[in-house]
Amino acid sequence: MCRLFAITSHEPLSPMKAIEAMEVMREGHDGSGVGLFLRDLAGPFEEIKDAPILSGIFTEKGLRRLDTFMMDLGFMTKYKITIKVPKTPPPGVPKRDIYLIRAYEYPEEWEDLPEEQLHDRLLQTRLRLRQMGEAEGDMIVFSFWPDVIMIKEIGDPMTVARHLNLDRKELWARVVMAQGRQNTNYAINLYACHPFFIQGFASMTNGENTAFIPIREFLSSRGFDGYIGYQSDSEVFTHILHYVHTHLELGIEAYKHVITPLQDDDIADHPNAEFLKQLKHSCRQLIIDGPNCVIGCLPDHTLFMAQDRKKLRPGVVGGRPGCFAFASEICGLDAAIPDRDKSKDFQPMYLDTAIVGPDRQEVNICCQTDPLPLQP
Amino acid sequence: MLPDRPITPSTLSVKDLHWQILWNRDKCTLCGRCTAVCPVNAIELGVFRKRSLTASIDPSSPPETRFSLFYGIRQRTDPAYACVGCAMCNLVCPNDAIIPARNDETDKQRFHINRGGQPRRRGGRRNRATGVLDRIKFIRISMLTDPALDAGRHEFELRTLLGRVLPPEQSLSFMRENGWIPPVREIYPLIIGGMSFGALSPNMWEGLQMGVAYLNEELGMPVRICTGEGGCPPRLLRSRFLKYVILQIASGYFGWDEIIHALPEMKEDPCAIEIKYGQGAKPGDGGLLMWHKVNKLIAAIRGVPPGVSLPSPPTHQTKYSIEESVAKMIQSMYMAWGFRVPVYPKISATSTALAVLNNLTRNPYAAGLAIDGEDGGTGAAYNVSMDHMGHPIATNIRDCYLNLVTIGKQNEVPLFAGGGIGKQGNLAANAAALIMLGASGVQIGKYIMQAAAGCIGSESDRCNICNIGRCPKGITSQDPRLYRRLDIEKVAERVVDVFLAFDTELKKIVAPLGRSTSLPIGMSDALGIDDYHAAERLKIRYVI
Repeated sequence: MCRLFAITSHEPLSPMKAIEAMEVMREGHDGSGVGLFLRDLAGPFEEIKDAPILSGIFTEKGLRRLDTFMMDLGFMTKYKITIKVPKTPPPGVPKRDIYLIRAYEYPEEWEDLPEEQLHDRLLQTRLRLRQMGEAEGDMIVFSFWPDVIMIKEIGDPMTVARHLNLDRKELWARVVMAQGRQNTNYAINLYACHPFFIQGFASMTNGENTAFIPIREFLSSRGFDGYIGYQSDSEVFTHILHYVHTHLELGIEAYKHVITPLQDDDIADHPNAEFLKQLKHSCRQLIIDGPNCVIGCLPDHTLFMAQDRKKLRPGVVGGRPGCFAFASEICGLDAAIPDRDKSKDFQPMYLDTAIVGPDRQEVNICCQTDPLPLQP
Repeated sequence: MLPDRPITPSTLSVKDLHWQILWNRDKCTLCGRCTAVCPVNAIELGVFRKRSLTASIDPSSPPETRFSLFYGIRQRTDPAYACVGCAMCNLVCPNDAIIPARNDETDKQRFHINRGGQPRRRGGRRNRATGVLDRIKFIRISMLTDPALDAGRHEFELRTLLGRVLPPEQSLSFMRENGWIPPVREIYPLIIGGMSFGALSPNMWEGLQMGVAYLNEELGMPVRICTGEGGCPPRLLRSRFLKYVILQIASGYFGWDEIIHALPEMKEDPCAIEIKYGQGAKPGDGGLLMWHKVNKLIAAIRGVPPGVSLPSPPTHQTKYSIEESVAKMIQSMYMAWGFRVPVYPKISATSTALAVLNNLTRNPYAAGLAIDGEDGGTGAAYNVSMDHMGHPIATNIRDCYLNLVTIGKQNEVPLFAGGGIGKQGNLAANAAALIMLGASGVQIGKYIMQAAAGCIGSESDRCNICNIGRCPKGITSQDPRLYRRLDIEKVAERVVDVFLAFDTELKKIVAPLGRSTSLPIGMSDALGIDDYHAAERLKIRYVI
C-alpha cells in the first residue's frame, strides 16, 4: 500500500519534514520509491515566483539536448539548484547523472501572452521534452511550472532523501506533498510515481483504481494534449482534477461529485439535484470505483483530501492555524505536528472532502450532501 | 408401404427424421393424451397387426399361425408432420411411455422441408449452440492490492443510461443556455427486448408486463421492456405502467395508429422509442407474423384485417438514405413526445454498423444504438436467414465502442447489445462480458421466454414452431386453447426470479473485480479468453 503525506504551513518547511513522516509510516509502504511535490517555495525561489521551474532527471547528453532545445525557444536560465550526489548510489537507488531543478526566464515573445496561452505553452514544452526524453532515454521531466518543484526517485524514501541531501535551505517550501512506494501494478517507471502534476494541479493517491481503463480512455479522447502518460492508474485523478477545474470550470467541491457521485436516491434529495444528475450522467466515465484516498493541491495552494465511495483507505487531517497536514496514518500526523489539538483531527469519510485553503486557518469539511456553493 | 410399391422422393422412414419417437408398449396406457397434445400431429393412434407362429413337437400337429392386433402410437413420416422434438407427449404421459430422441446421424428430412417451393420458416435462434461469449473469463480479480468486495453486503449501484448524454462541457453550458438537455433514462442494464404483441400470446405479454411492474414498483429495479413491432394494448398505453415500456416502431408501423391516437390520453411518457431497422435473427429481412397468429385481437391492435400474414418490409419504405432513415425519423419521434422521450435505432449486427454509428454520433438527438447479433431469436423467419445471415455481437459491439472511444463519444451514445445472451444459460456472465467490451446494457428475448415461461425451443432444432401459432407452452400462440396453459401470475413471478438472480450474479462478477459504484462499461482489462486470435480481435487478454 502507498503512504501519503502533505503539509501546508505559513512557515517554510524542509522537505525532510514529509520524509520523516513517511519514515514513521514505513510499516505501511514497501520503500520502493518516493515522490515529492514542493510549492509556495521559500529560499531563492521566493524572489522569482513567476519563473517556470523545470524538474526532472537528466543524463549528461540529455542535459546538452535540453540546453539546446531551451535556448532555441529563447529560455534563459535564471537560477538552478545543483544536487551533487555521491558516485555510488545507495542500494536500491539507480545511478543518475543530474537531478535538475532549474528556473527559467520566459522568452521575450512569451511575456505578454494571456495566461491561458502561457499555460498551454508551458505544458507543450514539458510534453515535448518528455517525448524527446522517451525517444532517447536521456530525460525524465516531472514538471515545468512557476513555483513548483518535483523530485522523484526509486528507493527507500529516507535513503533517497539522504542521498540527494534534500535537507537544504533552497528546497524549503510552504506546501510539501510526498508519497512513498512506486506503483507496483505496472512496470517500475518514474513516470508512474506520485504525485502527478498538470498545469498547476497536483495529486497523489493511495490505492488501486479499478475503473482505470474506461477513465483513461475517456480522458485520452478529450482532445487535450496533456492527458497522456498513465503509467500509473493514479495519474487519472490529477487529470480529472484538472478537467473539472479548467474544462468544466467547477470548484473543488464538485470534484468528488465527479469521481464518486451520490447514489440516485441521495441526488433526488439534494438541493442541486438537477445539476448533480446531469454531472453524474455526463461524467459517468470518470467515476472511480476505488479504493482510493486522494490528496491534492490546487493552483491557489489549497490542499484537500477525498475518499472514494467505499472509504477503504486510511486518511487523516489535523493541525493548528498556520499549519495543517494530511497523512495516511495518525502516526505520520503526530510526527509532523505533535503540538496540535488531536481532538480536532478529522478522518474524511465517503462523502467528505477535507479542504485547507490558502490561508491555512482551518479544515473545511465539504460534505456531498451539502448544497454546492458554486452553481454554474 | 410395401416393398414393391413406387416411392416418392419425399417418402421417408422414421430413421430419416430429425426426431424419432420412442414409445414403450409395456408402459403405455393408451390414454391418448400424447396424440392430443402433439402440436404438429406427428403421432397418431396406430393399429399394429402381429403374427405369431406356434410349432409343436408333435408331428401330427401342424404349425399354427395366429394373427392378433394391438394398439399403440405410430409416428408419421410425412415431412409436413415431422416431430419437432418438443416432448409435450412426454410431459403429458402418465407413465413416461413416450419420448422423442434425436437422430444419431444427419437426418434426411431437411432435404424435403421445402415442398411446394416454400423454403422452411421457423421460430427460435440460429441452430448453433456455442458462441464466443461463453469463453470470455473475468480475470482481473482484486487480490491484496485492492480489496474484493462482498457481493452480498456491499452497496451497489448497477444502473445504466439510455439517452443522448452530452459531453460534460457542453452539457453544463447547454443547460445554462437552453434550460433543456436531451432526455436520459436511468435504467437497469438488463432489458427485455422487443417481442411483439402478436408474436407472443396475450398471457405471455401480460405476465412479462406484470413482472416488470413488480420489479419497478415493489423492488425498485428500473427494468424496462420493449414492445417489439406490434403496437401496445390500449389500456397499457393509457396506464402509469407505460413508463416502463419502450415502444418500438418498425418498417410495418404496425400498431402505431393506436399509439398516436392514445397520445393525448397518456398519463406517462414511455421510457423510450426504439426504431427497429434490423433484427439479429434475420438481418436484412423484415418482421413476419404469419397468418396463423393474426386473430381478431391482434388484427385490431395492429390495424389490419385478421387472418393475413403480416410481413414488414426489410427497410422503412418511405426513406431512401441514412440521413432520412435515421435522422428524420428520430427527429419526428422526438417531436411526437415534445422532446421528452429518448429515441434510438436498433440494427442487426453487421460489418456496416460503424457507418450507422458514425452517422448517429453526428445526430445530436440519437439516444443510443441497439445492436442485435446473429444469435438473436425470432418468432418467425426463413431458416436460411437464421442459420446463415448475420454478424456475431461480440466484435460488433467492441468495434463500435472502440470507435466511440477514438472520437471521444463513448459516454454520449450508449450501445445496447442483444443476440444470444444467455444462450447456454449463462446470462449474467454473457451480459457482464458485453458490458466490459463496451455495451451500456443488454437486451434479452429468447432467454426470458425460456426462463420465465418454459419455452423449450433450442439450438438443436427442438420445437421452434413459434411461427405457426401452435406453441405447446402457450407462449407464442394466439389460440386460447393453447395460451390458457400459461399462468400469467407464474410468468410474472419467474420474471422477478430471473432479474433477482441476475442481479446477484452480476454482483458476484463485479464485486471481485472491485467494482460497485458504477457499471463497468468498457472495463476490458478485466476480460480474458483462451483464444489468441479472439483476444487480439477483441483487444482483451489472451490467457491459458
